[in-house]
Amino acid sequence: MTVSIQTPTPNPFTRILSVGAYSPSRIVDNAEICSRIDSSDEWILERSGIRERRYAAEDESVIDMAVKAAKIAIERAEIDPTELGLILLASCTYPYLTPSAAVQIAVQIGAGGIPATDISSACAGFCYGVGLASDTIRSGNAKYALVIGAEKLTDWFEEGDRSIAFLFGDGAGAVVIGASTVSGIGPTVWGSDGTQTQALGIAPSFIDQRKDPINNVPMLYMQGQTVFRWAVTEMARVAKEAIDAAGLTVDQLDAFIPHQANNRITDALVRALKIPDSVHVSRDIVTSGNTSAASIPLALSRIKAEASVPSGGIALIIGFGAGLAYAAQVVTLP
Amino acid sequence: MSEDILAGLAGIVNEVAGVPAEDVQLDKSFVDDLDVDSLSMVEVVMACEDKWGVKIPDSEVKNLKTVGDAVTFISAHV
Repeated sequence: MTVSIQTPTPNPFTRILSVGAYSPSRIVDNAEICSRIDSSDEWILERSGIRERRYAAEDESVIDMAVKAAKIAIERAEIDPTELGLILLASCTYPYLTPSAAVQIAVQIGAGGIPATDISSACAGFCYGVGLASDTIRSGNAKYALVIGAEKLTDWFEEGDRSIAFLFGDGAGAVVIGASTVSGIGPTVWGSDGTQTQALGIAPSFIDQRKDPINNVPMLYMQGQTVFRWAVTEMARVAKEAIDAAGLTVDQLDAFIPHQANNRITDALVRALKIPDSVHVSRDIVTSGNTSAASIPLALSRIKAEASVPSGGIALIIGFGAGLAYAAQVVTLP
Repeated sequence: MSEDILAGLAGIVNEVAGVPAEDVQLDKSFVDDLDVDSLSMVEVVMACEDKWGVKIPDSEVKNLKTVGDAVTFISAHV
C-alpha cells in the first residue's frame, strides 16, 4: 500500500512587513577614536566615510539589542509574537557557541517555544536570513518569520587596533516577513568562497585560547585590500544577478541598500552597476559605522524613519563578508 | 613599451585618485608622493588588470611601492 506524506499548503509570495532597529546610546565620534589610535578625522572619513559609530554599554548584550529591535518590528507588523513560525538571528559576535541566542530572544519577545536558531554568515547573515525565512513561508512551514541582525563588534577588537578600530560599531535591526498576495521578495542570489577564510574573521579558536589564554584571545582580523577587491568586483556581479533574477533592471530600483562595510565599497558598486542618481543609496555607515549583520536592517530602518523612499518602493539588499559569503535579494520596502 | 604603460598608468591613477597625470613619474611612491591610499591602490591594480590583461595578486600589490615598480611588473607580465 502506498502512502502519501502530507505537506503544508505553499504561499506564492512573501514580503517584508515591518522593520525595527536599535542603536546603543553612546556615540563615538572620530575625535574619540583618534584619542586611541594614530589617525585623524580626515583620514577616517576619506577611507571609510564614517563620522561616528555607536558603542553598546559594557553590560548590553547582543541579545539585549536584538530584543529591542525585534519588539519594534513585531509591533509595527501588527502581529502577536506567538504567530511567528521562525526566528533567525544573524550575528558573528554573540559570544557563546551554544545554546543559540535566538532561543533566548524568543522567550524575551513573548515567542517562547517557536523554532529559533542563529546564522553564522557574518555580514552576509541578514540576507541569508531573509532568504531562508522567505522560503520557509513560501513552503507553508511558517506564516510569519522574524529575521534579526545584531552585533556587538566592540567586544572583538582592541580599541588601539589602527586597522580596525575606526570601522566598527554595535547595533541591531529586525524585520518581520510574512505571506503576501503580491511578490515582495525576489529570488535569493547567494553563495560562498571558502578559499578566502584568511581575508576576514575572528581567530584563533577557543581551543587555542584554552592552551594559551594570554596570547590566543579570539579577535577580529581583516585583510582590507583583499576584501575590498572581492567586494567591488564579485558583489557587482551578484547585485546584477539579483536584479536580473527579479526580472528588473537597475533603473527600476528605488533604493540600493548594500551592507554598510565601507562607503568606498558602496561608491565602487554604484559606479560598477551604473546606479542612476534617482536611486536612494544607503549611507547609514556615516553615523553607525560597520555593524556587520545589523547594517542592512539598520539602513532599512533609517529609510523608513526619514521617508527617503515610500513604502512599496523597490530595493536591492546585498550582504557580503567573512566566509567569504554573500546573499542578495530585490525586495519591496515595508 | 614602458612609456606606453607609464602613460596608461598615469591615466588610471588620475581617474582613480585624481592625481594630475604629469605627476605620475617612475620614481614616485604611490603612497608617499602621490597620496594614493590602500583602497585606491586596489582600484588602480584592478584597472591595470583590465587594461593590460595581467594578473596582479594581492600578495604582489604590497611590492608595488613606486610607479616604476608597477611599470616593471606590468611590462614583464603582458
